[in-house]
Amino acid sequence: MVENRYLLNVQLAQMLKGGVIMDVVTVEHAQIAQEAGAVAVMALERVPADIRKQGGVARMSDPGLIRAIKETVTIPVMAKARIGHFVEAQILQAMNIDYIDESEVLTPADEEYHIDKTGFAIPFVCGARNLGEAARRIAEGAAMIRTKGEAGTGNVVEAVRHMRTMNREIRQLAGLPTEEVMSFAKINGIPYELALEIRKLGRLPVVNFAAGGIATPADAALMMQLGCDGVFVGSGIFKSSDPAARARAIVKATAYFNDPEQLLAASMNLGESMPGLDVAHMPERERLAGRGW
Amino acid sequence: MSATVGAVGVLDLQGGVQEHLDHLQRIGVTGRPVKRAVELAGLAGLIIPGGESTCLARLLTIFGLRAAIEQAYDKGLNLWGTCAGAILLARENVGEASFLGLIDIAVNRNAFGSQLDSFHCTALAPAVAREPLPLTFIRAPKIVRIGAGVRALLSLDDYVAAAEDARILVTVFHPELTPSLAFHRYFAHKCGLNVAEADDADLDPGWTPHSWTRFSPHA
Repeated sequence: MVENRYLLNVQLAQMLKGGVIMDVVTVEHAQIAQEAGAVAVMALERVPADIRKQGGVARMSDPGLIRAIKETVTIPVMAKARIGHFVEAQILQAMNIDYIDESEVLTPADEEYHIDKTGFAIPFVCGARNLGEAARRIAEGAAMIRTKGEAGTGNVVEAVRHMRTMNREIRQLAGLPTEEVMSFAKINGIPYELALEIRKLGRLPVVNFAAGGIATPADAALMMQLGCDGVFVGSGIFKSSDPAARARAIVKATAYFNDPEQLLAASMNLGESMPGLDVAHMPERERLAGRGW
Repeated sequence: MSATVGAVGVLDLQGGVQEHLDHLQRIGVTGRPVKRAVELAGLAGLIIPGGESTCLARLLTIFGLRAAIEQAYDKGLNLWGTCAGAILLARENVGEASFLGLIDIAVNRNAFGSQLDSFHCTALAPAVAREPLPLTFIRAPKIVRIGAGVRALLSLDDYVAAAEDARILVTVFHPELTPSLAFHRYFAHKCGLNVAEADDADLDPGWTPHSWTRFSPHA
């Protein structure tokens, strides 16, 4: 029965493919997101750009806020729990949230262990920078993976790096003879059975969305053309000058990611995008993607 | 773009698109993703897949495909809605506004509750296959009323799970998430396509839950 529940959760996540999941901090934001064609919303007290700016410990949002958002929209609502904070996850499950994001954007509660997601009935999404991280989260029970990127920067460079890394490692694995898979699995920290499955499929066995730094329609389409199954947009929408227009444009660019004319139309006259941060000169301790293992 | 006469389209805006393309290929029918109105030309049928019904309704409206599908239907296009697609096709949506309203049924969205109430089961749909079919219900709606011109293909407990009228098929479950090809074959017949008859549950032994990934852009 546990396996059956996991398969249903993986299949539920498949139904999000091609969609855009938007960070929202108020009921009004959630309505704007749904109206613009978001496939789901991530309910938060602060978007990553503000978490980054304000510092301090970032925790699970107040369930009262999450519930208010859940009652406002008909699309699924996701919420974040801290890495390793299984009680935050229990609370989110008790309120019947649609998905839990065990997220590096919040301050980790455990610096050694992630949540045992097989112990939960509802689906989890987790971030990953490379194939090994993705595989370990799947083995822990994640029904969906996303790139980590560097949240709250409006800079897509890290999401690109993470997706290219995963693609490159999958191509390497897919080309290996059977006797070399065990060593590849060992070096990359991939459970062996999962390594065999990924090798056969030539991709992750669950959906893999882009996240972290997506700020423009072109960013969203870039990640889709790199092979992502859909897109998370955090600060990029509600930190821009015209959130409704930008939300619609990113939705359009995600659906028509291979059509330059549609991308051109989607990119025009959107006003100011969120201010971006340079990641290359960012001190290691300010980087969120390094959280998790 | 050249029209492929006899192809079945799969609305490709959001949701379970690759899963349907995989099943269509397994029954030897040309499947074509449809993102633009022009791509509806020459299709024998169109599948509106599962996904998020609110989102799909918004996208169909924003991208101008709603009117195109209505016009294509008026000119003879057959339609099949799975899960969210069935909600979009229903004439009545309990407590909410209906969308395309092309088939005389009433649906209750998320009638089962949350994802915790999603399930797999098997049931017999005699008009579709002789053996019981594996069924996957994911945050499924219930069909709670069918009109005079509509036939129930599968009734369970207090609701109808699959129904049809002359040119529209609706299933609240996801045949594309199971090894059974019976409903895809049934829809192909409904579209007038020449495919072999299914004589049992029509299970494809080569299918796995990951079969869709061969149609994902990066596999």
